[in-house]
Amino acid sequence: MSILKAADVGISFGGVKAVDGVSFSVSPGQILSIIGPNGAGKTTLFNIVSGVYTAGRGTIHLAGEDVTGMAPHRLAARGLSRTFQNLQIFQRMTACENVMVGRHLREKCSLFPALFRLPSVTHQNRETRAAALDLLAYVGLKDVADVPAGSLPYGACKRLEIARALAAEPRVLLLDEPAAGCNAVETEEIDHLIRQVADRGVAVVLVEHDMKLVMKISDRILVLDRGRPLAEGTPREVRDDPKVLEAYLGQHGAREAARA
Amino acid sequence: MRALMNQRFLTLAVLAVVIGILPFVFPSSYYFRVASLVWVSALAAIGLNILMGQAGQVSLGHAAFFGIGAYAVAIGPVHLGIPSWAALLLGAGLSALLAFLVGRPILRLKGHYLAIATLGLGVLVALVITTESRWTGGPDGMPVERLTLFGWRVSGSYTWYWVTGGLLLIGTWIALNLDDTPTGRAFRALHDSEVAAQVVGVDVARFKLQAFVIAAVYASLAGSALAFMNGFINPDQAGFLHSVELVTIVVLGGLGSVVGSIVGAAVLITLPQVLTVFHEYEHLLLGLIIIVSMIFMRSGIVPTLSSLFLRKARS
Repeated sequence: MSILKAADVGISFGGVKAVDGVSFSVSPGQILSIIGPNGAGKTTLFNIVSGVYTAGRGTIHLAGEDVTGMAPHRLAARGLSRTFQNLQIFQRMTACENVMVGRHLREKCSLFPALFRLPSVTHQNRETRAAALDLLAYVGLKDVADVPAGSLPYGACKRLEIARALAAEPRVLLLDEPAAGCNAVETEEIDHLIRQVADRGVAVVLVEHDMKLVMKISDRILVLDRGRPLAEGTPREVRDDPKVLEAYLGQHGAREAARA
Repeated sequence: MRALMNQRFLTLAVLAVVIGILPFVFPSSYYFRVASLVWVSALAAIGLNILMGQAGQVSLGHAAFFGIGAYAVAIGPVHLGIPSWAALLLGAGLSALLAFLVGRPILRLKGHYLAIATLGLGVLVALVITTESRWTGGPDGMPVERLTLFGWRVSGSYTWYWVTGGLLLIGTWIALNLDDTPTGRAFRALHDSEVAAQVVGVDVARFKLQAFVIAAVYASLAGSALAFMNGFINPDQAGFLHSVELVTIVVLGGLGSVVGSIVGAAVLITLPQVLTVFHEYEHLLLGLIIIVSMIFMRSGIVPTLSSLFLRKARS
């Protein structure tokens, strides 16, 4: 039973097919990794699936509903959440506020009670903040809850983005290079985090360059090369696929690797 | 949370005390008039700051809404025969409606393009006010009937000092309220990263529109208050220079800072009065002071000074 299903998705930018005929599906609790060399179209695929770009062709189904071309905030309301490769945190807000924004869909957000600060608003704020603090504790950022996010170190921002995405209680979570620029210890932590999230029944789609991480936690791997699907399978299958080696290392490199 | 609540309370308390104490040091009714002007400009600026400082959307035509509010209370009683207070509400309603209708298409634009579009809106409204002289008196302006509330005729600079001061307190309270609510957070979030706000479910178009409408209503009410206070209005209130003045107040005082808008208004309204002693150099000096303060207080007067103060307090 897949919750997110992309079928034959494609998009072109000025004649260049950035993503071309890619299909994948992921089930609740499963971790699907999308890998491929730089420029393979991984982030573009994420942008299509999360509604930031509109697909030129193909369809995307979320929980059985056709959501092709739907605006990101509508997808979010249907349980899709994501993080970004290039950090997209709210710099001028505190870490806690960042996560509180993540609770946006879980909050009642009417204007007049807000303007006059009715008790319902204060009450809801307390609940949202408590939930945000829990999530910050979960990703190990509780101590910096009231620090402006713009002054947090890189690794902390990465985890903050994950916390913010989780705050929406998504059914599908797209993580775009969550471990990029993180040291070994931080990568280890993120590894645990992703596994835990998946174990709670969230479908996780992961774009990541850290192969050790990918091989360790993925249930399935989809390999892209120049916008096209190259291989798909379990980590073991993908690792042993000569086409994958070739895409990563070139023909010569693949021969070397085969000999080694 | 507690700290934030206290800060909000403290800001309001300090503002109330300032409004309450100033009359004891004012030597003449002229001072009451200037102070009322500051309160009115600050009210409009606080609204604009919700749009610019919180939601991060620029408006270079904001005096249009100020003008609509001002002309509503002038035209309503004279031409339509409705009571002044109802004309004030009508003006606010019209401003909200115009902001809603125009905001929908133009808030899709970003940065400079949005600036030009809002500029166009401002020019258009000013043009209508100037040319429809049958209703508006044209470039010469028109008189405004005094506001009467429950038989109380609101007039005199002393009275208006308190009325505008009260309005400013309410406006400040509402703006401060907004900050720590889902709506206020959505504003600030889309300011920092639209795409990130979208993917957590913030309907960016809706919230930009809300900020625009709120800012329009603030400006409209400030415009109405000024018209009542002066008993006369002319198209300059809706003109481009007034729009620029409002933006200057917001930026000079500090984007995103409610107190900043009040301080910005105080500086920009009182400075020309003080500088009149320099006669023909008045505008030159005013320009220089604005340039220098923007260079040395890049994020605006209030945010710069408060961070300086905090750093001093910590060390």
